[in-house]
Amino acid sequence: MPIMTMVQALNNALDVKLADDPSVLCFGEDVGVEGGVFRVTEHLQRKHGVKRVFDTPLAESSIIGACVGMSVLGLRPVAEMQFDGFVYPAMNQIITHISRYRYRTRGQRNMPVTIRFPYGGGVKALELHSESMEAMYAHIPGLKVVIPSTPYDAKGLMIAAIEDNDPVIFQEPKRLYRATKQEVPDGLYRIPIGKAKVEKEGKHMTIISWGAMMHVCRKALASLDQDNIDVELGDLRTIYPLDWETIVSSVQKTGRLLVVQEGPKSFGVAAELIALVNEKCFEYLEAPPMRLCGNDTIPPLPRSEDLYCPTPERVHFYARKLLDYAT
Amino acid sequence: MATEVKAKKGDRVSNGKPNGASLFESFHPLSGNKLEVLDPNGKVTHPEWLPDLSDDLLVEGYKMMRFARIADLKAVNLQRQGKLYTLPVNRGQEACAVGSAMAIRKSDWLVPAFREIGAYLWHGWPLSTLYKWYLGLEAGGVLPEGVNSLPTSVPITSQLPHAAGLGHAIKYKGLDAVVMAYVGDGGTSEGDFSEGLNWAAVFACPCVFFINNNHYAISVPRESQTRAETLAQKALGFGMPGIQVDGNDLLAVYRATKEAVDYARAGNGPVLIEAVTYRLGAHTTSDDPTKYRTTDEEKLWEPRDPLLRTKKYLFEKQVWSDEKEEELVQYCTAQVVRATEEVIHLGSNPIPELFENMYESLTNSLEEQKRDLEEFLRWQGKRG
Repeated sequence: MPIMTMVQALNNALDVKLADDPSVLCFGEDVGVEGGVFRVTEHLQRKHGVKRVFDTPLAESSIIGACVGMSVLGLRPVAEMQFDGFVYPAMNQIITHISRYRYRTRGQRNMPVTIRFPYGGGVKALELHSESMEAMYAHIPGLKVVIPSTPYDAKGLMIAAIEDNDPVIFQEPKRLYRATKQEVPDGLYRIPIGKAKVEKEGKHMTIISWGAMMHVCRKALASLDQDNIDVELGDLRTIYPLDWETIVSSVQKTGRLLVVQEGPKSFGVAAELIALVNEKCFEYLEAPPMRLCGNDTIPPLPRSEDLYCPTPERVHFYARKLLDYAT
Repeated sequence: MATEVKAKKGDRVSNGKPNGASLFESFHPLSGNKLEVLDPNGKVTHPEWLPDLSDDLLVEGYKMMRFARIADLKAVNLQRQGKLYTLPVNRGQEACAVGSAMAIRKSDWLVPAFREIGAYLWHGWPLSTLYKWYLGLEAGGVLPEGVNSLPTSVPITSQLPHAAGLGHAIKYKGLDAVVMAYVGDGGTSEGDFSEGLNWAAVFACPCVFFINNNHYAISVPRESQTRAETLAQKALGFGMPGIQVDGNDLLAVYRATKEAVDYARAGNGPVLIEAVTYRLGAHTTSDDPTKYRTTDEEKLWEPRDPLLRTKKYLFEKQVWSDEKEEELVQYCTAQVVRATEEVIHLGSNPIPELFENMYESLTNSLEEQKRDLEEFLRWQGKRG
């Protein structure tokens, strides 16, 4: 089985879907000739032609707006936004049309659009290249929000997103693009949207995370183990719709929940998860659920980046606090 | 405030030279020419630009304008009685909507903004569906079977990138179709005007962009939207032909749109049309135009009413009569009454409909919220 980075796995997912379905188009800024600034679409134009994989004008609202017209005529657009902070000019199209078309037309016109972009910090980038705004997208009715944390999941989720008949925001953790390698099967396979995964079982507490922060949590496991903290680690993989069952049954088992989130703390996905366990399994909780998050600040520029993002040491610190909580 | 419509360079009409020169050359946006075929008295002023339009089709166009007028008046009336919600008023802009829609085929795509009742109806939308929307029902967004149209687009100009995407898909799939997309004068200031037109031009999409320049974006006059002398001139920056027409002249609107549609269909890329018209009513039923325009100005435009002008021309051509007019008004009124009766009693949506069209299948959270609402309603029902 081939060994791939996440960039290669995503490239492979797009490649196999372009080959599999002539209604799939890939486009965005620098997506064609250059293959994307992170090379996620490298060689795809050469292989599938300029009509299938192409560069667009530098205008995000029209990139997403054009997806509406294309979808009405039965195409499956996969649109790249070059960076997380460059989606904002397209927000009007996402909120007022992409997410609403099925409802507005009483189910007659769906938007099988995949909006993919690199997200999050940790790569020493410029301002507006480190945003982690999944909570904002998850708050928009009509969208699905997907974030992989491994090359294998990235490919399977990307294929599922392209095949999904609803619009999917597909956030790619840019700091994991080349961080790890993994065996990734050739050909088509899907990871179902809406299914989380318990990656490691444990009995003291549940740690839930997603995307780039999964890697931070994984890195914390060794020191947590040395500290005799036996963690159950879950990867959301899909932000909306949330996999209630997996989350709730894990917390029912461990009685403790720590959520690790890169984005700003207030009104985030972590808050939603904590509300969920309070609603669904309050009587199982042995300590107030905790969240380790980014601050309610703008992600700092590279020199101060590490003071914003959760780190493995901070995961350990919070896990210790959660376990030491005494009623 | 302007109490009269001043003559500007853009107001000079059709002095182009048809001998060999194409319409787009003769009415180049920098020429200062505006296409007019009929004067406000219905006299043919520029026979060289008369469209190739059969008497039958011409009469059909006039009938549709009248139908749109009566349907619009009825809707405003019902709104005033508290039976419909806020709705846009169309009166005065019927030649723009009908003249342009007449130039496309059933297989072409209509991308409305929201003030094109004549275009919706011409292209096949049932009046009752439009009324459902005014009635505050999602069913008003249900696209009629076999009608190639997008639904009404509320966010100003956001529909133009959709038109570009439709054009893109038409080209990609090798379909024989053109996209007819509408926007207002105020809408030309939006970023999506630029992004939509630019995309269509870069990819040579078969799109016709039609600006209803009715002089006001709610209250803000056209002069406050842009320093450009005409809106048609904006075409030049995108590398596409542009043309300004008298939007109250059915023949001029049809002539320009037909040329633009043919041009786009032949694979030449998009065209921009600016139709200069006037909204005789308010922006919507919630608006009070006396705050921003004078009755003198309104009076100036009343004799330029596109229905009067077309009717005079039909009389001149001896294809119309007072009897036919009376018959038409009766017919349209009956149709409008029927559409009203069909929808006016409709209540709120059944609960499943509120939740079920958000996604292909209900998500866990929607399922729970639907259950919660039903549980509450049962509880409320029991309490009486």
